[in-house]
Amino acid sequence: MPSSTERTRAHRAPQRPGDRVFAGLSTGAGVLILVVLAGVAAFLLTEAWPALVAPAEDIPGGEGVAIYIWPLLFGTLLSAFLALLIAAPLAVAIALFITHYAPRRIAQALGYLIDLLAAVPSIIYGLWGIAVLAPLSVEPSEWLAENLGFIPLFAGPATSTGRTMLVAVIVLAVMILPITSAVVREAFRQTPRLHEEASLALGATRWEMIRMAVLPFGRSSIIGASMLGLGRALGETMAVAIVLSVSGGVTFNLISSGNPKTIAANIALDFPESTGIAVNTLIASGLVLFAVTLLVNMAARAVINRRREFSGAN
Amino acid sequence: MPTTTSRDQGPDLHTPLNAAPLTHGQLPRRAPQSVFLAALVAGIALLLSGWNVAAAAIVAGFGYAVVVYAWSRAVEGPRKATDRLVTAVVTGAFLLALIPLISVVFTVISKGAPRFDDQFFTYSMRGVVGEGGGAYHAIMGTLIITGLAALISVPIGLLTAIYLVEYGRGKLARAITFFVDVMTGIPSIVAGLFAYALFALIFGPGVRMGIMGAVALSVLMIPVVVRSTEEMLKIVPNELREAAYALAVPKWRTIVKVVLPTALAGIATGVTLAVARVIGETAPLLVTVGITSSDNFNPFDGRMATLPVFSYYQYVTPGVPPDPALNRAWTAALTLIIIVMVLNLAARLISRLFAPKTRG
Amino acid sequence: MAKRIEVKDLDIYYDKFLAVQGVSMTIQPRSITALIGPSGCGKSTFLRTLNRMHELVPNARVDGKIFMDDEDLYGPGVDPVSVRREIGMVFQRPNPFPTMSIYENVAAGLRLNSTRIKKADLDELVERSLRSANLWEEVKDRLNRPGSGLSGGQQQRLCIARAIAVQPGVLLMDEPCSALDPISTQAIEDLMLELKSDYTIVIVTHNMQQAARVSDVTGFFNLRGVGQPGELVEIDETTKIFSTPSNKATEDYISGRFG
Repeated sequence: MPSSTERTRAHRAPQRPGDRVFAGLSTGAGVLILVVLAGVAAFLLTEAWPALVAPAEDIPGGEGVAIYIWPLLFGTLLSAFLALLIAAPLAVAIALFITHYAPRRIAQALGYLIDLLAAVPSIIYGLWGIAVLAPLSVEPSEWLAENLGFIPLFAGPATSTGRTMLVAVIVLAVMILPITSAVVREAFRQTPRLHEEASLALGATRWEMIRMAVLPFGRSSIIGASMLGLGRALGETMAVAIVLSVSGGVTFNLISSGNPKTIAANIALDFPESTGIAVNTLIASGLVLFAVTLLVNMAARAVINRRREFSGAN
Repeated sequence: MPTTTSRDQGPDLHTPLNAAPLTHGQLPRRAPQSVFLAALVAGIALLLSGWNVAAAAIVAGFGYAVVVYAWSRAVEGPRKATDRLVTAVVTGAFLLALIPLISVVFTVISKGAPRFDDQFFTYSMRGVVGEGGGAYHAIMGTLIITGLAALISVPIGLLTAIYLVEYGRGKLARAITFFVDVMTGIPSIVAGLFAYALFALIFGPGVRMGIMGAVALSVLMIPVVVRSTEEMLKIVPNELREAAYALAVPKWRTIVKVVLPTALAGIATGVTLAVARVIGETAPLLVTVGITSSDNFNPFDGRMATLPVFSYYQYVTPGVPPDPALNRAWTAALTLIIIVMVLNLAARLISRLFAPKTRG
Repeated sequence: MAKRIEVKDLDIYYDKFLAVQGVSMTIQPRSITALIGPSGCGKSTFLRTLNRMHELVPNARVDGKIFMDDEDLYGPGVDPVSVRREIGMVFQRPNPFPTMSIYENVAAGLRLNSTRIKKADLDELVERSLRSANLWEEVKDRLNRPGSGLSGGQQQRLCIARAIAVQPGVLLMDEPCSALDPISTQAIEDLMLELKSDYTIVIVTHNMQQAARVSDVTGFFNLRGVGQPGELVEIDETTKIFSTPSNKATEDYISGRFG
């Protein structure tokens, strides 16, 4: 669309001062965004630097930045991946329900309903997680520890507080569900009617039509949306900070009282009380989080955008 | 479909594969509904006999899927049965997603209601120990900081969107589009750290100010404003622009007088949703603005209270006895959720009432 | 395998709007029946009721009866999925599945219906379908390439191969050549004439020369007036319709286009 308006003025007509100012302003705003993003990286790096060069024993824990951040990174990745594992299939199913199963008249309203899940502030999910979900999880956790204890994830012993990684993961899954399903929903909605009809005309049932036409068409969007959800889960702070009872350490055990921290939650918990090199260390961990989410998000966007071009060519 | 032809003898390429009749067994029209009712009754029975809610629901849900699948497979054949199974699974997934929504809303309302009173909205926490006190200072703080964030984000976001739609081309525009997308994925805590790092360089370590929170929120808000405004500007038909050019209206006046007013409703919707998104942010404010128990409405001078952070601290450091503080935390959460829902509703209303008719 | 279709007093509705009224006709097996008429007169809508694709539009429904041989397509207990399996369809724009290879596109319908089909049998069926669609020689060396890489005309023949692979009794074609160049159109028309020895073919077309060239029987649809439902004005042997139509409206339409 911009190109067609541009073409009309391709002859470099003399520019009016008003035009020049306005074009300058809007270009400036765009460039500012790039500057801000670069600034985020630069300022974090500046503030993290003292921790990166400090002697190991000055870092909280006394063993250097890498040793300090590693368990946090582990906790972050573990919680985010597990949350995605729950959320991604649900998101696809919800997107399918709204685009292909729900009666068309109420489909849009149902979409809003799911979007409302995204509107709930994360602090409230945290409170909900610890007040409602955690007590509910105790009994099933004990059952899991008893019956499926041979799986490392459920090794137990189950805590009686319910403030476990399992609950944090479920809360995270609920939180990333709306964004993930919204992106997938958009892709499913754009499935060419032609291809849907082609499979129906061959005598496909609704599910067979979805498998032949809708899912292949939306595949890269599903991947992209999942990564987007992963990015959200990696950076989610408050819900994890409130729910998780932490003791550091690296463990896959989801239902015990000893849970690994996540980077974001650790910052929220420790930052207000920290001074000096501890603050720099926290910022260094934030920098790691920033780098990880940036990579995940860039990859997600690249995947989604590639699909957009591909479908445009069709 | 039950195939009556010679599948076992290998295909006979000269007679049709499909001697299958058009009609074959079909479940009664209300079959899924009646199975669902049966499953519901079974689930309630399990619940009454002392099962955990989740366990009863899971068993009932599985029971429903299995019965529908088996019945349909016996009567209608495997293809139709799979179709019905998927329908059950997909619908179940949707219902499952509604549970947290309902539970969250119910919990927040029931726990937040006791302290949803005059005092909560008119008092601060200054000198309050135990009972009483309110979140007046925090509500004002949230409004001030979010307002400032909007003041920063809206012009930048709007101008960037205008650049992307009306001027942008080539590498710069592509880079901005890409990084705006990437920016939507910045974790909020990182935005907070960025604001802290920025101000710490100027004012020294340990600085806390309202404006820092506003800057942090802006980082989160700008990409949302850009994306929604961009979408709206793209919908404005090119004919309108060309009509204005044909009247010798300069480009910038065309944008200001023709394009923006046409897209105004959509832009307002987008900005409202963006505000709704950041007004509940906790983490960035926790590290930049901190918390205080007294009124401080000057965003350039020291710590301020905000509603989400207020709720957080009331919950995690309740004191003895804990109940008054916990109640205040839930009431703050309720207030927050009401604000967010009202903003969302307002956004839908704006777009419904003022949208130019683009959909048929 | 080619089946006869008999339509009796068919009314077609979108919700409360009556789109097509009172269609009765008999479509003979092993022949090509062309449906012509001005835009919006309901001929495509009518075509889509023949394989029950019409009801995919919410609240769309029909009154009346359609028999295929002796089976009522809208009878109680009839599964639309089985109907569509029995009555193949080719669309206005070629629509091979973009994520599938040429081979997989042709095999798509077969895989739906019999899951345990042997690879060798499938190979044979795919080859036979592609040969019937006059496409085999052009694609036999690249069966595993995506179908979207073919030219428009080849894609449309691929769609025909896909439709006939499941051995339907009837083949519906909704303006199959409207998105194609004259040479590809020629290829499709030749193909139709070959296929008619095995199938009942119904084609909707805007191109009257095409109807005259390929069809045995032509039906003329028209709108009674603005806002009125469409109707079948007359149906007769193609030579008769194009030389001495019995209805004035048919004559006007045909001569208007030719004149």
